[in-house]
Amino acid sequence: MTDVFFYIFATAALAGALGVVFSRNTVSGAMCLIGTFLSMASLFVLLEAYFLAVIQVLVYAGAVMVLFLFIIMLLDVKETAAKKASIYTWAASLIGFGILITGVFAISAAVSIKNKAPTMPEASGTSLKAFGYELFTTYLLPMQVTGFLLLIAMIGVIVLSKKVNTE
Amino acid sequence: MDVNPVILKFVYAATVVSVIMGLCSYAVLAERKISSWIQGRVGPNRTSLPLIGGIPLIGKFLTRLGIYQPVPDGLKFLFKEDVVPAHVNKFYFIMAPVIALVPALTTVVVVPFGRFVTEAGEVIPLVLANVNVGLLFLFAISSLGVYGVVLAGWSSNSKYPFLGGIRASAQMISYELAMGVSVLPILIWVNAPGREGTLNLFDIAQAQSGFWFAMWMPVSAIIFLVCLFAETNRLPFDMAESETELVSGFHTEYSSFKFGLFFVGEYAHMVVGSCVFTLLFLGGWNPMPFVTLEALGFGEGILGAILSVGIFSGKMCGMMFFFMWIRWTLPRFRYDQVMKLGWKILLPLSIANLVVYTIFIFYLDTKL
Amino acid sequence: MPIVIKRRPLNFLEKLYLPEIARGLSTTFKKIWEKPVTLEYPEQRPTIPEGYRGVPTLVKDPEGREKCVSCQLCEFVCPPKAIRIKPGEIPENSEYAHVEKGPQEFEIDMLRCIYCGMCQEVCPEEAIWLQNQFSLSGYSREELVNNKEDLYELGGTLPDEHFKWRKKKEAAEHGSGH
Ligand code: SF4
Ligand code: SF4
Repeated sequence: MTDVFFYIFATAALAGALGVVFSRNTVSGAMCLIGTFLSMASLFVLLEAYFLAVIQVLVYAGAVMVLFLFIIMLLDVKETAAKKASIYTWAASLIGFGILITGVFAISAAVSIKNKAPTMPEASGTSLKAFGYELFTTYLLPMQVTGFLLLIAMIGVIVLSKKVNTE
Repeated sequence: MDVNPVILKFVYAATVVSVIMGLCSYAVLAERKISSWIQGRVGPNRTSLPLIGGIPLIGKFLTRLGIYQPVPDGLKFLFKEDVVPAHVNKFYFIMAPVIALVPALTTVVVVPFGRFVTEAGEVIPLVLANVNVGLLFLFAISSLGVYGVVLAGWSSNSKYPFLGGIRASAQMISYELAMGVSVLPILIWVNAPGREGTLNLFDIAQAQSGFWFAMWMPVSAIIFLVCLFAETNRLPFDMAESETELVSGFHTEYSSFKFGLFFVGEYAHMVVGSCVFTLLFLGGWNPMPFVTLEALGFGEGILGAILSVGIFSGKMCGMMFFFMWIRWTLPRFRYDQVMKLGWKILLPLSIANLVVYTIFIFYLDTKL
Repeated sequence: MPIVIKRRPLNFLEKLYLPEIARGLSTTFKKIWEKPVTLEYPEQRPTIPEGYRGVPTLVKDPEGREKCVSCQLCEFVCPPKAIRIKPGEIPENSEYAHVEKGPQEFEIDMLRCIYCGMCQEVCPEEAIWLQNQFSLSGYSREELVNNKEDLYELGGTLPDEHFKWRKKKEAAEHGSGH
């Protein structure tokens, strides 16, 4: 049962991701991305990481993508015609593809996956409380750093978007 | 009792969805009646069904109350001409009402509506899915509802719906934050060290056997309530619809059944919103502050369960009435006022509220 | 000079907004219990004030005589040309043979009539009256053309003080002028 669901949602996630890349219509692209997020959330549910799944939907599908749509609609981006790819595009996509292949290869070659643990370790997202404690003890530094990064980004945006007073 | 659990879940789901649908249609009637009473009118009072309508006295009385009105209302939505304008993006145009309705109905599964106490004193929640992250699940799914509005506005491919869609998305983002932060004090209280960690709506309701949260966290309650109005797109926050400025906003181009879906979706959101507010702040099924059903001697068995459901529904209907009452009292905000209220008042206020209650609860936990 | 109305700045409580909302809510809550002002139309009818200009009708005098003498003034004056009159003679043996003429046909097209009341103004015989009939409906254009019978049925009898034609007849019989 779980396997079947895994394949369904994995396919949906991949299809959504491809849709984002290939759709000419920006709104369709955004909707595909939402589909991908939802499928990812379902995969988390299959892993019994309910908290992660819910947060994924709440933050990405529920808030970030609304913002995306808002901006797309505000800019009123029209469907883009197929553009001729420049040499840079080709180079960038080649490099990106290379990285992807390397990543997939590296992961599949990793020992820990091949020697599957006999019992599944409890995902830290299962118990909400455990998740919270982990976040504020073991992973305190990464969390703070991430928060700081976001703060920098925010300040950067404010500085950039603030009109320079010419007088 | 060895029915296939999957089938059983389907039956439960169908039941709850039909109950919600019924509630929605009668909420529409209530809205019409309340608006007419407030405005010194009579409201729907003519529709009568054959046979039932003919019962002497009661039949007439029910007709005057408009009890049968939802039937023709529903039929009207079904049988009117369904126009799909030529200039719309067909796929999203048809998808949008469904996207608007589905999240509203999905959220119902985590809303507990009562409790059942067995002879052994075990408390069983009456809920479709008793998930640990219930509250977050509810927020997450209901935040998806805005896509229906946004897509409807965008796919209609005409000016007013488009503006409605943009407004809806901006409003959604602005108020979700304050809403989330405003419930954090409750979660901190419920999850204080030494207690069972949970985001479960049932446990939150059960935790209010003493003070109701609305009583000692009034600021949270008010912020949450305001945000609830904003998130359900109800007046005074119905920016997306605002018929005086945008014709009727995102659903201008919709007709017949598709419009009906939006309509039901709005009321379903309202029903769920009322339930959540009742659970979080109004003590769920506790009849009075400091008085539980157990204390009144109605704890165990079927009677206690029925009473708990009854009290809960009563509170929920009260909230629904409040929604409607507000709608027919206050004028609509201006769009910039909505933004200002969200970002400059509610968000800072909710953060300050969170800080104050965090310190307070910390003090309570350590010193007492 | 434009009139400048000074606005009182909001005090603190009003700026808080919530007390004012509560005040508004209490107002509307009181309204709920008040008696509705609705007039439930088909069963309850509004009282028509005097001088109301409803559907134009033809009236008879208390003796039952058709007052219209088909002078056709109303036909001429009617702005949208809603009235059609075919004048006719009054039979010799009639009691009212001394009245010069009477309408043979009299039609008012209610799809054209604008309820202006000019016909009533102009009528020398006070024979055409806009009365209190205000709701009018039909399924076809023909149905909405009131012919003579309809007009008399709608109009009925109105009181009369002058009895102009009776006096005229009496005067002629007694050989004395006015
Ligand atoms: S209704 Fe009056 S104005 Fe019209 S034709 Fe008759 S007498 Fe003349
Ligand atoms: S009321 Fe005016 S429009 Fe109507 S018949 Fe008389 S003159 Fe003509």
